[in-house]
Amino acid sequence: MELLSCSGSPPQGVTVSLAEFPGDNHTIYEVDTVEYRYEDADALAGLSLSIKSGESVVLLGANGSGKSTLLKMLDGLIFPTAGNICVFGAELSEAALKDEGFSRSFRRSVGFVFQNSDAQLFSPTVRDEIAFGPLHMGLPPEEIEKRTGDTLHILGLEHLSERPPYHLSGGEKKKVALASVLAVGPDVLLFDEPTAGLDPKTESFLIRLILQLTAAGKTIITATQDLRLAAEIAGRIVVLGEDHKLAGDGPTAAILGDRELLLAANLIHDHPHRHDGIEHFHPHSHLKDHHGH
Amino acid sequence: MTDESSTPDWMTGNGDGGCQCLSAGHTRRESAIQKSVIGMSHAIRNSLFSERVASRPGLLQETDPRVKTAGLLGLLVATSFLRNWYIILAIYGLTLVMASASSISLLFFIKRVWLFVPVFAGIIALPSLFNIFRPGDPLFTIWDFGRELSLGPLSFGTTLAVTHQGLKGAVVLILRVATSVSLAVLWALTTHWADLLKALRVFLVPRIFLLILSMTYRYIFLILGLATDMFTARTSRMVGSSSPREDRRFVASSMATLLGKSHTLSEDVYSAMISRGYTGEPLTIHRFKTATGDWLWLGAIILFGIAATGSDRLLG
Repeated sequence: MELLSCSGSPPQGVTVSLAEFPGDNHTIYEVDTVEYRYEDADALAGLSLSIKSGESVVLLGANGSGKSTLLKMLDGLIFPTAGNICVFGAELSEAALKDEGFSRSFRRSVGFVFQNSDAQLFSPTVRDEIAFGPLHMGLPPEEIEKRTGDTLHILGLEHLSERPPYHLSGGEKKKVALASVLAVGPDVLLFDEPTAGLDPKTESFLIRLILQLTAAGKTIITATQDLRLAAEIAGRIVVLGEDHKLAGDGPTAAILGDRELLLAANLIHDHPHRHDGIEHFHPHSHLKDHHGH
Repeated sequence: MTDESSTPDWMTGNGDGGCQCLSAGHTRRESAIQKSVIGMSHAIRNSLFSERVASRPGLLQETDPRVKTAGLLGLLVATSFLRNWYIILAIYGLTLVMASASSISLLFFIKRVWLFVPVFAGIIALPSLFNIFRPGDPLFTIWDFGRELSLGPLSFGTTLAVTHQGLKGAVVLILRVATSVSLAVLWALTTHWADLLKALRVFLVPRIFLLILSMTYRYIFLILGLATDMFTARTSRMVGSSSPREDRRFVASSMATLLGKSHTLSEDVYSAMISRGYTGEPLTIHRFKTATGDWLWLGAIILFGIAATGSDRLLG
């Protein structure tokens, strides 16, 4: 099927999927001078970037830099006040998502794991939660059953399948939230602060899973301010500055090695430390140990 | 973090030299706020307990929720039409048998029903015991007025007595309420909340209504948790007792905070639903499968209900 160009109007019954993009290095997202403003403050101020198929991109930025806003835009949950976003070559707009075919294809191709798992777990049981996505994608009952069972098994959640989500621990909730998105089988996965508040074991599990998904060819976009997580999962890092503009974009090693950039984006700061009885200052990240001596 | 030089002395000092943890000789009374916290914790614990009971192996837990709902509802309707208290007692006995077969402690089950039934049903039934409200044959006299007691056009007779008819009516009412509550408790305790709602679909309850109900139930616990955290955070910073005025102010501001948080959460929940393909038409999976045992159970309940209703008509 021919995909409409980004400047085109929303298509009738158009299908968007990675099947149209065989192999890697095809642009999935094209973000063009996007702006977004909440009632009293800017969230994004003229941001442009493109994301290719199979990339693992980390959106790195301090609190309030606009990472979560950008992720919501990439998932078609909010829309730019200026500029535009193209996905799979078609414009991602409110009007386009009103088209049932486009919307279903897009939702099947892009999954979003929210920072607050409680917002994502609204079904009465874990099994219902995982089945919600496939059910609303219109998959046949046998396929829904199979996907639900497989996902429960892969994430080790079988023993929790009939439990209500509100009786789960934080780590279990995060796993169920992830399972609920994976069951849809998206090509692109958006993660908002995936390791925030997780215990070390669940965090390690999540990182391994993200690496496996990247190796499998999925496109992963993660918003975080955790430099250690970025170092582990990112092939490329996009830095959002406190002025809500693009502050940097490049390979992981180059960005994490750029002390001036990280300081300017408020991702590291000079912090007094005492080693061998001598107090000195060196850069320090907000959340995890990132000692840039 | 601020520079060390900008940290005020009172923050870095040692106060009065540590905690002088001595008794002041008097204790605070439990405030309305503390009672609220305890109540909220109790609500959460209670729901956890119900879910645990519903997960135990047992007769009603293994019965298809739809069949169970239909059977217990049928018995409940039959009970409300019965007039003979022996027959109502027989149905109450059946609820005890079913509770026992469903791994529910009989002591717990009886306490759960009888702790509040006498309070609510008893208050309603109490006036009907006396001849001044419901004339009848006196069983025993409480007070002889010595003359006809009247208030304007109303006449209360010459004695205050408990009547045969009043006592029988009160016993039937209390038994009926206790049996109905027992049936409802059995239904709620042995069915997972999620299955309970899905079973209601059989009775053509609209899907959107059930979705709203299940989400309300789910998020009530989240909001309860938030409220408990707010109340306990306040308690941990309180010294001495607070005045009712302060308590009221705190409760009002907490309500506003929770409303704001609920609103933000509802937007996030809706976004999460949209993100996974929700378009306004709620869909749910149904995995209920009836087995021969379910139909046998339903058949036995129907037979019991018919026999009870028939006997009631014959015995009067």
